[in-house]
Amino acid sequence: MAKIIGGVTSSHIPAVGNAIANNLQQEPYWKRFFDGYKPAQDWLQKHKPDVAIIVYNDHGLNFFLDKVPTFALGCADTYDNADEGWALKPVSPFKGDAQFSWHLAEKLVEQEFDICTCQEMKVDHGFVNPIRALWGTHEVWPITTIPLAVNVVQHPVPSALRCYKLGQALRKAVESYSEDLKVVILGTGGMSHQLQGERAGLIDVDFDLETMDRIASDPEWFTQFSNSEIMRRTGTEGIETIMWLVMRGALQDNVKIVHKHYHAPISNTGAGVLVLENTFI
Amino acid sequence: MAWTKHDYEDIPGTYVFDGKHAHGSYALNKLLFSFCEEANRTEFDADPAAYCDKFHVAGKYKDFVLKKDFLGMLRAGANIYYMAKMAIPRGTSVQDAGAQFQGITTKEFQAKLLAKADGLVDKIKQREGYWNG
Repeated sequence: MAKIIGGVTSSHIPAVGNAIANNLQQEPYWKRFFDGYKPAQDWLQKHKPDVAIIVYNDHGLNFFLDKVPTFALGCADTYDNADEGWALKPVSPFKGDAQFSWHLAEKLVEQEFDICTCQEMKVDHGFVNPIRALWGTHEVWPITTIPLAVNVVQHPVPSALRCYKLGQALRKAVESYSEDLKVVILGTGGMSHQLQGERAGLIDVDFDLETMDRIASDPEWFTQFSNSEIMRRTGTEGIETIMWLVMRGALQDNVKIVHKHYHAPISNTGAGVLVLENTFI
Repeated sequence: MAWTKHDYEDIPGTYVFDGKHAHGSYALNKLLFSFCEEANRTEFDADPAAYCDKFHVAGKYKDFVLKKDFLGMLRAGANIYYMAKMAIPRGTSVQDAGAQFQGITTKEFQAKLLAKADGLVDKIKQREGYWNG
């Protein structure tokens, strides 16, 4: 049977991909941020998951505003990266697992998460950059991937509580799959940042640190906040952190905290890395 | 007919991208989305006004595009991620845009960001279990 070995969080901002592409990881601005990924990379190397379910948001590559699914699951055998408008060279395609995806879709719908299924899905920086930060950049990626896109771009967006419940349903969906697969869940995006308006540049280090601690050990704390409260405190783009709750909901209640790393600012953003391990693995 | 009010509307300096914004600026965001294709970027650069007409972007929306007035576009309902598709290849980073929104230089904007992390290492030391180099 498939089992979830743990969850990892990562910022997915474009600047992270640019820093990797330009080999800036040891430059003074980036060094502390990237050095803090090493324990997460080591944990992934040690446990060697077969599949990573990447919880992220599309920023206007695969989805336009004509159709905005709240939750969308990739159900394909490959996922292509593409030009997002910045004329960057796309990275290599990612391998998917359509049979596993369709199982997840069936089990999520059974549990009343009426997810949008996608047989073609272009993946943008929100998906690509955490993979590059955690596994490095490869012509042939060392991990099979399943994209799970959450709308955090056009309101109404789902609540933190709803994301947490999706994670709980995702756990049941994964654990009911017949193949012996080791699965890791990536919660991407966040933490506090606001790119837009006169309030751009907001970062709240104290709230970010409290959020990291609570998501690790008391995730229901974060579900008390409305999206308005989260945006007021952590910025309009800080709402991305709700996607970490999908990851957290898919894990057992009491996880082993393997690694916590926080750095700010990275570009306009507070950036957090959590590695949480299911102790039954 | 009325747009429903939201409790996020009083957050200062903030334009939450919701139905009201997305509806009014649909054509503008469609134009910005088109910049994912290189051929469209080239066509826009050759004649921005004609490109606006092709996408039915008119009036104040067209003026903002032609003037590269990013704050104007944002207030009119452009989505920040879609706007980045126009701004970044033309030399305006999200930090340049953030500085423009506040009427300060990019260096001043970056200094404000760095100041947000004052005392970060000490804060992390006071908390349990954080990696700290």
